[in-house]
Amino acid sequence: MKHYSAFAVAREALRYHMGWERAWASPEPKKKYDVIIVGAGGHGLATAYYLGKNFGITNVAVLEKGWLGGGNTGRNTTIIRSNYLQDPSAAIYEKSRSLYETLSQDLNYNIMFSPRGVIMLAQTEHEVRGYQRTAHANALQGVRTEFISPARVKEIVPIINLDGPRYPVLGGLWQARGGTARHDAVAWGYARACSAMGMHIIQKCEVTGIRREGSRITGVSTNRGDIACDKLGLVVAGHSGHLADMAGFRLPIESVALQALVSEPIKPCMDCVVMANTVHGYMSQSDKGEMVIGGGTDGYNNYTQRGSFHHIEETVRALIETFPMVARLKMLRQWGGIVDVTGDRSPILSKTPVDGIFINCGWGTGGFKAIPGSGWGFAELMAKGHSPLCDEFGLDRFYQGRFIDESVAAGVAH
Amino acid sequence: MLILTCPCCGVKGEETEFHQGGEAHLKRFGPGSTDDDFHTYMFAKENPKGAHFERWRHNNGCGKWFIAARDTVTLEVYGTYPAQTHEPPQHIRDAITARHPGWTWREFA
Repeated sequence: MKHYSAFAVAREALRYHMGWERAWASPEPKKKYDVIIVGAGGHGLATAYYLGKNFGITNVAVLEKGWLGGGNTGRNTTIIRSNYLQDPSAAIYEKSRSLYETLSQDLNYNIMFSPRGVIMLAQTEHEVRGYQRTAHANALQGVRTEFISPARVKEIVPIINLDGPRYPVLGGLWQARGGTARHDAVAWGYARACSAMGMHIIQKCEVTGIRREGSRITGVSTNRGDIACDKLGLVVAGHSGHLADMAGFRLPIESVALQALVSEPIKPCMDCVVMANTVHGYMSQSDKGEMVIGGGTDGYNNYTQRGSFHHIEETVRALIETFPMVARLKMLRQWGGIVDVTGDRSPILSKTPVDGIFINCGWGTGGFKAIPGSGWGFAELMAKGHSPLCDEFGLDRFYQGRFIDESVAAGVAH
Repeated sequence: MLILTCPCCGVKGEETEFHQGGEAHLKRFGPGSTDDDFHTYMFAKENPKGAHFERWRHNNGCGKWFIAARDTVTLEVYGTYPAQTHEPPQHIRDAITARHPGWTWREFA
């Protein structure tokens, strides 16, 4: 792998940019790997990367049925924050946020991490109390957040309407080190680093079956032939239930479409992320100037990658209440992704009933922020059998009634 | 867009008129049941990519519950029937089979 640097750009400029090599290789699958990861999205690639970097396991294949980063990694609203309520969540999300800070240097790939700050607006008395509680919990967990006044909210976001027709802004939970990153670049950067370690990233390779001998994994069947492995990591978000079905177990997961939209580009007007969970919409401005807007999940299980029409109206209505100036913006694109939602809105990073199969799923509506931390913890889980970051997120918590309840704490919007 | 017909009042409406109430044909396990049975009932969800049976309520209409057989990929509705029905009627199973030969959904196929 050639190192990316200012010098490399200058050198290539002098030779008409003919010397750039492909960021990652596209090899033919081998007959056998030590570890196969299914799903070349952010979480899958991050898992492969930390398996190599932290544990020296590089005989790894990452299989992807579509193209790299083409699922939810390329569909989310790129928000990074770690202001969760429960300790296990704060641990993994804060680990993730801190890894994001140096990820560009670590991967030698500019992921455009921008710690521009995230505000979650409190618009009811209950939300005020809830976020004050979260701020106290974060203080104990070592996550830096603060509860700020409406005046301070207005100072940070001048375009906001504090008096809202339905819900006035009563305060906000402010995480100054939260922010955004370029989502595709996260997948591309990890893929390039994995490929440089000799791992195989195999696109357009759909897993059609999971082969086992008794209760032990032996490999997978794909549309490009059978591939054997010792350990299998399923990191396929919305399609986790589908793959678990192939492996012969069921998950406490339901898949729904979550949608997002972006406006036409406008001049810089908001330099942080604002989430309004009561009226239900969230918005940030991309480097291109587009307002990136996220909305609600559908009210029923589906795999449409499209989303219900009425959610667009609800989301846009919420944002016009909060930011009256967006009323005249035209929307450029709208899309949906399939998110895998658990009952307690916390992820599953776990061993499974089949020996050698590990599952990383259930990130629901907020997986992007967790990519580095999830990869870090899940790689440790796959390599060593347990990980302090993941142990609380096992499938056994549903048997034991030991939920990590973020459904109320994290609200709906991520 | 998802369009359902309420089998109780016969009105056809789009999804905002209804509310989804989770998986249908659940066998409930309460106090005294084994941990496995309770866990399966409570948490192990059917999450098919294809035909699915769900409870729906005609919220902005007659207010009654009913069951819909629906495709989670195409949003095609194979049929709706009253909530008092214990298992999917044969004509709905046939409609699903026509679309997805070899489909499975718990013990109903």
